[in-house]
Amino acid sequence: MPFYRALLHLYPASFRAEYGDEMCAVFARDLTENGMSAWARALADVFTNATRVHLDITRQDVRYALRSLGRTPGFTITTILVAALGIGATTASFTVADHILLKPLPFADPGRLVKIWENQASRGYPQMEPSPPNFQDWKRLATSFEEMEAYTGDTVSLVGSGDPERLVGARTTGGVFRMLGRQATLGRVLTESDITTETQNPIVLSEPLWRRRFGADPGVIGRTLTLDDAVHVIVGVMPADFTFPSAETSFWRPFKFVAQNGDEDRGNHYLQVVGRLKRGVAFEDARAELTVIASQLERAYPKDLAQTGITAIRWRDNVGAQSRLLLTALVGASLCVLLIASTNLANLLLSRALARRGEFAVRAAVGASMDRLVRQMLTDSLVLSMAGGALGILIAIAAGPLIARIIPSTVLPIASAPQPDLRMLLFAAIVTVATGLLFGVVPAVRVCRNTDTSALKEGARGGTGKSTERLRSLLVVAEITASVVLLVASGLLIQALLRVQGVDPGFKADNVLTMRTMLPRPKYNQTERRLQFYQQVIGDLRAMPGVTSVSYISFLPMTMRGGIWPILTTVPDPQSPQRFVAPDPANQTSASLRYVTPGFFETIGTPILQGRDVAESDSLQSPFVAVVSRSFARQQYPNEDAIGRQFAIGFFVRTIVGVVGDIRVRGLERDSEPQVYLPAAQQRDGMLAFYAPQDLVIRATVPASTLIPAARQVIWRADPQQPISSVKLLADVVADETASRVIQLRVLGAFAAVALILAAIGIHGLLAFSVSARVREIGVRIALGASAADILRIVVVRSAVLAGAGVVLGTAIAYAVGRSMQALLAGVDPADGAVFGTAVVISAAMAIAGTLVPAVRAVRVDPLAATRAE
Amino acid sequence: MTEETRRPDSLVPLPPAVFHILLAVADDDRHGYAIIQEVATRTDGQVRLSAGTLYRSIQRMLDDDLIVEIHERPAPDMDDERRRYYRITPFGRAVARAEARRLNDLVKLARASGFAPRSA
Repeated sequence: MPFYRALLHLYPASFRAEYGDEMCAVFARDLTENGMSAWARALADVFTNATRVHLDITRQDVRYALRSLGRTPGFTITTILVAALGIGATTASFTVADHILLKPLPFADPGRLVKIWENQASRGYPQMEPSPPNFQDWKRLATSFEEMEAYTGDTVSLVGSGDPERLVGARTTGGVFRMLGRQATLGRVLTESDITTETQNPIVLSEPLWRRRFGADPGVIGRTLTLDDAVHVIVGVMPADFTFPSAETSFWRPFKFVAQNGDEDRGNHYLQVVGRLKRGVAFEDARAELTVIASQLERAYPKDLAQTGITAIRWRDNVGAQSRLLLTALVGASLCVLLIASTNLANLLLSRALARRGEFAVRAAVGASMDRLVRQMLTDSLVLSMAGGALGILIAIAAGPLIARIIPSTVLPIASAPQPDLRMLLFAAIVTVATGLLFGVVPAVRVCRNTDTSALKEGARGGTGKSTERLRSLLVVAEITASVVLLVASGLLIQALLRVQGVDPGFKADNVLTMRTMLPRPKYNQTERRLQFYQQVIGDLRAMPGVTSVSYISFLPMTMRGGIWPILTTVPDPQSPQRFVAPDPANQTSASLRYVTPGFFETIGTPILQGRDVAESDSLQSPFVAVVSRSFARQQYPNEDAIGRQFAIGFFVRTIVGVVGDIRVRGLERDSEPQVYLPAAQQRDGMLAFYAPQDLVIRATVPASTLIPAARQVIWRADPQQPISSVKLLADVVADETASRVIQLRVLGAFAAVALILAAIGIHGLLAFSVSARVREIGVRIALGASAADILRIVVVRSAVLAGAGVVLGTAIAYAVGRSMQALLAGVDPADGAVFGTAVVISAAMAIAGTLVPAVRAVRVDPLAATRAE
Repeated sequence: MTEETRRPDSLVPLPPAVFHILLAVADDDRHGYAIIQEVATRTDGQVRLSAGTLYRSIQRMLDDDLIVEIHERPAPDMDDERRRYYRITPFGRAVARAEARRLNDLVKLARASGFAPRSA
C-alpha cells in the first residue's frame, strides 16, 4: 500500500489531496479481490490517468490564462514584446555562433577532417598556404591520414550566351570529393581519372550556377561551357548545401600541377590542404607526425624550408580568434538583453500578481490549493513566454543573416548565413520555457506564500510587502547594470570604429571609380596584346569629360591582400626556382608585388616622394625598373638613397626609379608589407600571369558613379567579350574595411538601445507601482504640510539609489568586459573615460525618464481623495 | 459557467466512462467504489472502471456540474469517513438524456443500414 500511495505522487498534489485516500481504498479492495493482478492494472492506470489529469488541468489553466490575459491587452502585448525581444536576440545570436563555431561541417564524418598549413611563424605567417611540392611530400610521408587533398581558388570569365560573367570556383585534386564523402545530385563528381586523362575539360557545377545559367535543366550533363576561351564539359551538379570551399564557389575543375606555373617551387604558396585522419588515429598523434615530417623536409631543403613547420587544425576549429571573441561578445550581449527582458518580465508579472492577490485569496478561500495557484501563475507566464518565443523565432530568422555579417569572412566551408533549423527551434524552445518558468516562479511563490485571508484585506488596499519591494528593486538594479555594460561595450566599439576610420589608407578614395576586367587567358597571354587593351581603354576614358586620370593595377589595395614575394639579392642562381640567391634566412624580407600602368599613383592619390612614376618609356626592351614604397626604401636601405639601387623580385633584377607613399594593402587594421610596383609593360609573356593588371581605377571630377555606363561601353569597344565585375567606388572599398565593424556596432547598439528602453520601463514600472501603493501615505504627508519638493524627494531618492547602484555595478562589470574584448578595440583603452562618462550620463537620463511620470503623479496626489479611499 | 448559459448538447458526445458514471448515480447517490461496482453490475462485468479513470472523470464531472458531492451521510454503520458521495444534477440528467438520444439516433442509422437487429 505505501508503494501505491507513492505512485499517486504522479498525480497533481491537488488531485491527490482530493481523491488519494479513496483511490487507496479502491485499490485495497481490488487487491483483496483479485490478488497480484491488481498491481499490473494499478500501474497502467496511474501512468495513463496521471498524465491525463495533468493535461486536463493544463488545458483548464491555459483557458483561464487566455481569458484573464485577454482582459488586460496592454499588459499582455507589452509582456509578449519584451519576451520576444529577449528570446529573439538570444536565439539569433546563438544560431549565428552555432553556425560558425559548433555545427558539424556538411561532410561525411567531419570530425576526422583536418586543415593543414605551412607554418612560418618566425616570419609572421603561422598559417601559410602550402606549396605544391610540400603538399606532395606530406601526402607521401604522412601515415596518420587516410587521404590528403588540395584545392585552390579559381576565377574565370564565363562567356557565351548573355553578358560575360566572372565566376569564382575551385580547382581540386582528384580525391577531394571522395574525401569529403559527397555525391553529385546530377551526373558525377570529379575523380582521379579526371586529372590523368587529357581528353576533355570536365567541370562540376554548383546548384545556384546550374539554376541561374541552365534554368535547372536536368539534361545539362554533357553540355559544354566556355570559360576563358576553353570549352568545358559539364559532368555533374552538386547539391545546394555543398559550400566547398566557400559559399561563393560556383564550379569545380580538376587540378593539375604544372612545372611551368611554378608548381615545383617550394616558395610558391597558394594551395589549401585538407586531410582525413585514419580511423582510430588521434588528432594529436597526427599533428605530432606532421611536426616530424616538417623537420625532415627542413633538413632535406634547408634553403627553401628554413624555419618552416606544419600547422594542423581540426577543420571545424579553423575560425580566427577575433571571430570567436566577436561571437562570444555577441552571445554575451544577447544574454544581457535576455536577462533584462526576463527581469522586466518578472517585474511585470510580479506587479500583476500583486494586483491579483485579492482574486487569489478568494480562490484560496473557496478551496483552491496553493500548488494550483502557483501552477496557474506559471501557466500564465508560460503562455506569455511562448507567445513571445514564437515572435522571437520570427525576429531571430529575420535578424540571423544580418547578425551573421558581423563576422568579416570565414574560411569555413559553410553557408554565409545560418538557415532556420531544428537546432534553432530547440534552442528557442528551451530559452522560452526557461524564461517562462524562471520568471514565473519568483512572483508565483512570492505571492502565494502570502496568500491567506489577510491578503484579502491587504490585496484590497494594494499594499506590497517589504521583501517583495526589495526583490523588485534588485531586479531593476540588475537591468540598469546590464544596460550600462551594453552601453559601455557599444561605446568602446564606436571609439574603435572611429579610430579605424581615421586611419590613413595611403591614398585618396573620394570620387574614384573602380572595376575589374580580368583578362582571359590564353587570349591575353602576350604582353603586347594586354598593353593594346590597356592603352585603348585608358585613352578612351581619359578623353571623357570629367575624368582626370585613369590607370590599371594588378589588384586594388584591400581587395587582394596576398601577392607577397621574397626580396632577393642580385646574385644569379640558375638552380633556384626564383633564379637569384636569397639573403640568409635571418635577413629575409618580402614585399607585396603589383604591376601598374603609368599614372596609377596620380589616379589613386598616393604621393610620389622621390624619383618618378613608371613611364610609357619603360618597356620589355628597356632596363627593368621598380617603384617602391617608403617603407621598402627605409627597410632595405636605411639612411641611404634608394633611387638607383637594385634588387631581384619575381625572376628579374629591378632598378628603383621612384619612391612613393605607403598604402595599406592589407587593410586599415593590419600591418602591410612594403610595396613594389612594376611597369605593366615589363611583364613578360606568360610570366606571373596572375598579376596581369586587371583592376581599372578612374579618378573623376564629376560624381564617379555617373561614369559607369560610359566606362562599360569603352571596355566593350576594346573587347566585346570582356567580362566586367566588381564595379565599386574606391570609397566603398575602404568602407568595406569597416563594414563588419559597422554591423557589430549596429547589432550591439540595437541591443544596448533595447536594454536601455527596457530598463527605463523597469524603473518606471517599479516607481509607478510603489507610488500607487503609497498614495495614502503621500496623501497624509501632503495633508500634514509636506511640500511638493518633499514628496518629489521620496520618489527621486528611490530612483537615484536604484540608478546609482546599477551604474556602479555596471561600470565595474563593463570594465572587465572591455578588457576581455580588447582584441576588438583597435587599440582603444578599455577604460576610455569618454565612453564611461557618456554611458553614465545616458543611464542617468534613462533613470530620469523612467522617474518622471511617477514623480509627477506623486506630487499631484490629492490628499482628500487619497485618505477618503481608505 | 451556469446551466442557463450552457446547453447539454455542448458536452455530447460524452466519454464512455462519464456516461456510465451518470447512469450509475441516476437513481441513487453513490460513493466511488459503489459506482465502480454498479457499473460492473450493469454491464455484466464488461466495464470495470479503474480508480484513476473514475476519479479523473469525477473531477471533470464536478467541474462541468454534471454531479455534485453531497454532504448528507448515510447511516453511520454503513458509512466510511473517507468516502464521498456523489449525486447527479439536473444538468447532469439533461446531458445524460442528450447522450442517450445521440446513441439512439446512431443505432437507428445502423439499423437502417442493416448493421443492427430491427428490435432492440
